[in-house]
Amino acid sequence: MPQSTAPARSKETFDVAVIGGGMIGPAVSLGLLERGLKVCILDEGDDVLRVARGNFGLVWFQGKGFNMPRYVDWTRRSATLYPDFARELQEHTGVDIGHANPGGLELLLGDEEEAHRRHFIGQIYQQGGGKEYEVEFLDRKQVEDMLPGVKLGDEVTGASYSPVDGHVNPLFLLRAMHAHFQQAGGSYLPHHRVSAVNRNGAAYDVLTEAGTVSAAKVVIAAGHGLKQLGPPLGLDIPIRPQRGHILVTERTQPILPMPMSAFRQTAEGSIMLGVSAEEAGYDDGIDTQTVATIARRAARTIPALRNLNIVRSWAALRVLTPDKCPVYAQSRSHPGVYAIASHSGVTLAAVNAKVASNWIAGDPAPEEFDAFGLERFDAQKTA
Amino acid sequence: MLKRRHSDAAVVHILIDGVAVEARAGESAAAAVLAHDGGATRTTPVSGAPRAPYCMMGVCFECLMEIDGVANRQGCMVRVAEGMSIRRQQGARALEREA
Repeated sequence: MPQSTAPARSKETFDVAVIGGGMIGPAVSLGLLERGLKVCILDEGDDVLRVARGNFGLVWFQGKGFNMPRYVDWTRRSATLYPDFARELQEHTGVDIGHANPGGLELLLGDEEEAHRRHFIGQIYQQGGGKEYEVEFLDRKQVEDMLPGVKLGDEVTGASYSPVDGHVNPLFLLRAMHAHFQQAGGSYLPHHRVSAVNRNGAAYDVLTEAGTVSAAKVVIAAGHGLKQLGPPLGLDIPIRPQRGHILVTERTQPILPMPMSAFRQTAEGSIMLGVSAEEAGYDDGIDTQTVATIARRAARTIPALRNLNIVRSWAALRVLTPDKCPVYAQSRSHPGVYAIASHSGVTLAAVNAKVASNWIAGDPAPEEFDAFGLERFDAQKTA
Repeated sequence: MLKRRHSDAAVVHILIDGVAVEARAGESAAAAVLAHDGGATRTTPVSGAPRAPYCMMGVCFECLMEIDGVANRQGCMVRVAEGMSIRRQQGARALEREA
């Protein structure tokens, strides 16, 4: 758990106040500190929705960016930056975030699923205008060769495979980012729930439950909190919660050499099973039917998983935009106020730290960002 | 060494790591192993550290053992039965059931 390093201080001045201590805020903040800026992270307590504590841990490329080739590029860029990012975190904090990039599979059960997946992946490829897209299809035999020692269920017909895919321990990632942030001189301020951001000359006053903080720039990386904070600041972004369940088995011998979108084996030996998608409002409780559905599919895919006990299960609420693609936007009415929202906080952590942060610091926006603004939602409203 | 305080219960014949042992009706697999020769009953999957039954009430999961071919069972939550085979567990369990 992140610890407080600084007591509540009234009206301290920062170059950038980052609202949100989840996957996105700390990642961006690390890059801002590298630029020599004075940064604080304003966080809430542990009694709020903590999406960043519920992640599966994929660094995932295949299938992302439908209808948005820029998101394909952005995701690839993060995956490429990840090894150095992970090494840097470990060097500074001693925390091994367990990053690995062995490639990833999405196992397909039956001809219908396979046809659907081929069509979907094919469309993403075409939308990229024929640019290289590192996803290929494997038949059952090829999948078996890739997974020695794993007996596939009879229904498995093949898989889509990408060498770009990988995984990470998301809790160690969060801990390492927080630790590095504080080591590098950042101010982590928990129990600073933000109620409003007000203009004050060329800067902003950020009003919190523990006093006011002044900052030249403000980044809203507050997950579902953006829904309340954004609209008065010209950042009315139609995000919604989408619930996902995760199951974790007891530790077992290493058998899965790579993540498989719905399964991954951790470095410690647990197998994590996912992934569901339900519209349940802000209810992050467990639904036993969904848990059963996930377990049943796991057993159909790799029957020996039936032998393992499930030791934990939980649900968390994705921060989902209507097109499932991320938002990186600067307010038009409030220059210097930014919003970042995405359900891929783990996958994008490296690129958020190394690239998105420079945009907040004042560099020109990365070329991908012409697709990540608010304009696309305006178009939907008028359509 | 741990000793049984009451040993008037019926004798139950079990195997501990293949060795024939007399346990007592009503006691748990973990208790039977502790009464037999004590010591570690498993090594952990990550560091390989030796562990032994601790809470004896189903909470701490330190007493994981292989019982009748099924790995990772909580020894303190399983009652001994005639012919039961208990094995100390080394590291991570196998995915497939032991023969």
